[in-house]
Amino acid sequence: MEQYLIPILTNILLALVPLVFVLVYALVTIYVEMKMAAHIQNRLAYMRTGWHGVLQPIADMLKLLQKEDTIPTVANKGLFILAPYVVFTGTYAAFAVIPFSSAYVGSNIDLGAFYLLGVSALVVVGILMGGWAANSKWTLYGGVRSAAQVISYEIPSAFVILAVVMVTGSMNFSVISKFQEGGIQNWLILGGAFPLAKKLALIPFMLIMFLIYYVSSMAESNRNPFDLPEAESELVQGYNTEYSGMKFAMFYLAEYANLFIVSAVVTFLFFGGWTSPLGAMASGPWWDAFWFVTKCMVFVVLNIWLRWTLPRFRVDQLMYMSWKVLTPFAIACVLAVGLILVW
Amino acid sequence: MTESTTTQTTTSSGRTLRTEEMIINMGPQHPATHGVLRLELVVDGEIVQEVIPHIGYLHRCFEKHCEHMTNYQQVIPYVDRMDYCAAMNNEFAYVVAAERLLKIEVPERVQYIRVIMAELNRIASHLIAVGTYGIDIGAFTPFLYCFIDREMILDLFEMTCGARLLYNYMWIGGLSHDLPPEFIPKAKEFCRYYKKRIEEFNNLLTFNEIFVKRTASVGVLPKDVATNYGCTGPMLRGSGVDWDLRRDDPYSVYNKIEWDVCVGKGEVGTVGDCWDRHIVRMREMEQSLRIIEQAIAQLPEGNVQAAIPKRIRPNPGEVYARTESPRGELGFYIVSDGTATPYRVKGRAPAFSNLSVIGEISRGAMIADMIAIAGSTDIVLGEVDR
Amino acid sequence: MTSQEIFDRLIAQFGAVSDAGIVSKLDAPVDPSITVAPAHLKAIAFFLRDDEELQFEHCSCLSGVDLKGKFAIIYQLASLTKKHKITIRVEVPAENPSLPSVESVWKTTNWHEREAFDMFGIVFTGHPDLRRILMPYDWEGHPLRKDYQVPEFYNGMRVPY
Repeated sequence: MEQYLIPILTNILLALVPLVFVLVYALVTIYVEMKMAAHIQNRLAYMRTGWHGVLQPIADMLKLLQKEDTIPTVANKGLFILAPYVVFTGTYAAFAVIPFSSAYVGSNIDLGAFYLLGVSALVVVGILMGGWAANSKWTLYGGVRSAAQVISYEIPSAFVILAVVMVTGSMNFSVISKFQEGGIQNWLILGGAFPLAKKLALIPFMLIMFLIYYVSSMAESNRNPFDLPEAESELVQGYNTEYSGMKFAMFYLAEYANLFIVSAVVTFLFFGGWTSPLGAMASGPWWDAFWFVTKCMVFVVLNIWLRWTLPRFRVDQLMYMSWKVLTPFAIACVLAVGLILVW
Repeated sequence: MTESTTTQTTTSSGRTLRTEEMIINMGPQHPATHGVLRLELVVDGEIVQEVIPHIGYLHRCFEKHCEHMTNYQQVIPYVDRMDYCAAMNNEFAYVVAAERLLKIEVPERVQYIRVIMAELNRIASHLIAVGTYGIDIGAFTPFLYCFIDREMILDLFEMTCGARLLYNYMWIGGLSHDLPPEFIPKAKEFCRYYKKRIEEFNNLLTFNEIFVKRTASVGVLPKDVATNYGCTGPMLRGSGVDWDLRRDDPYSVYNKIEWDVCVGKGEVGTVGDCWDRHIVRMREMEQSLRIIEQAIAQLPEGNVQAAIPKRIRPNPGEVYARTESPRGELGFYIVSDGTATPYRVKGRAPAFSNLSVIGEISRGAMIADMIAIAGSTDIVLGEVDR
Repeated sequence: MTSQEIFDRLIAQFGAVSDAGIVSKLDAPVDPSITVAPAHLKAIAFFLRDDEELQFEHCSCLSGVDLKGKFAIIYQLASLTKKHKITIRVEVPAENPSLPSVESVWKTTNWHEREAFDMFGIVFTGHPDLRRILMPYDWEGHPLRKDYQVPEFYNGMRVPY
């Protein structure tokens, strides 16, 4: 019996590491987002709780924990309570295959990227449940729009992941990262670890695919300019409207966790994952974790910057962009990358 | 009020599917309706088939109150609160009407100061309009930029009459306070500063690709529909009609000042779409800066309180005076029966007629377009409902 | 065109019609106005809008006035092309105030006539949708009448508090 206890406990502890990371990261990112928004808009945000408001996210978390959980009388209780947890589960389960460094990965399966795409689709179900269960026309709009949007934008992202998998030969994120180790010149955005001719041929397609994937990722995480499902001016928070307290905190947390996942995928696919840009220098398990988190935060900050600058798309323009612009380009890139690899 | 139409279709397996249009309520509490307005939408999925506006949630019986005032001057704070975003323009319309009724001549200095204040308030009101329009479309940042600039204007007003939003400044026959000495330098500085900011704002929002896609060819208001529905102001000029009361029916000293009337030309879409109305408002702000600079240059000396009559007891008669407020033609129809109390005061609010056209221009639009159209009409419920 | 010329043109067109009731008040203080009887109001309105010399395609305002014993409905018309304006006045008795609607001539008057109905109780015959606009739909009474008494209760709530 004892020989099973230790491994089980160790595995549970290992599985909780991303949870702790997500909670800390969420607090930090909430603060960064609010402060960036404020400085872009030429105002100061939190200034009172702690020095320049650093304790504000903790205060927000405490507030959400002790807020009253209201459930509308006409709502479908089961679905209403279940929805935020489904969304959070879908997002958190993806953390299992994200290696934070060369020494730590939750689950070293060969199907990494495939599993991630599959599990992220759970988020759609959760949002639809949330929008429908609240029994309000406006939340229904938010839920249905979000489902349509997320499903449409999974297609270009899947094609881009397919192209990178073709280049690196594996769906395992650790292997994809190892493929790009040895310095910044080996990162896939700069062509990968190939002879010069192949590298130069791959670079434009890699750039296009990076843009396609980044745009799709903004749509996947329901962030501006694709935040129609939670368009504050139209739908007063969309599928989120009737939620309060802990359930709202779950949705909120899931949104930030999702943002981290898509930034992590961008980092792995194009920017080397946990490998250091300096090659052999500054590498090792702890350095790897540092590089990985830094690169992800760069993309998170870029996402926040875009959110506060751009207006939002209309539903049909969104769909048009996904099906008639991004998908054809993604397919063309897959074709081109395949030809380059074979040739 | 309306019944949604039900259609039945038969699937290939022989079952009948019933599809209904959905009646959904936008408002009275809604972030995008700029006040307590209820828009009843009959929608088929995302496409709006019909819009029925319901107003009256902010009706404050302004006209009934006027009939119980003891004095014509006491109406002025009520008039302020009609269009609370552009209070100076409301007062301007009312005192022009009352002075025409009483046949009072006001000194030149009063006229020029009134023009300066009205144009400053026009800029402030348009800043609210374009800032909140940005939020409706989804860009949160331009709103804050607009409010920073608006703070400078409100500081000017506070310096003069002590109030930031509702002034009670223009009195029949004169003004309540004269300009303090630091007003003119600060106003000139504001004009210099704001010219550059308009360009920055245009780069951020007006010519942004996404904004253009959301507003071009959306909510097209043809010329003849606009005239027939009584639309005025940027709604009418955005449709290409060259009509501005400051030039075509001049009041106060507008005939001594030179500026251009901005008309929509359909630069990025059809003439009369939401983008045209937006660009008309942006360009009107630039023209207002020109008017303010000329008025400051031509400002004579004088006493602003000399001509305020002690007792206002007009002869029996009626007058209708109309002025160009930021939203359009604001008119006051005053009937006097010879006593000190007005017999009837009717405020012709521009947003009232501008809002009535919304059913016409939003057929076939999507819900997101509905928001864009409602934002571009720039309504203030205070004056729609009075 | 001046108000006198507008009046002359109206008389030229409708002077022969017996109950058109066109009377001028061109020297009234302060705004000149032309009084018209309700019987041929619609025809006169169409003429004012469509005639090439007049072209009053813009109706600015429609107000009701309670002149104890009768109601006066005032139309403020303007021409955007010819740049002139005129005030048309119609008077109806207070017992059963009703006159034809000019909603088909100028769509502005759609909401303005609803407001006049709401505030004064003037019925505009031929209006497609004459119901209250500013007051709640189930309000009783017409507030701007001079003899209006504020009701004590509305749907169980005390009105004056």
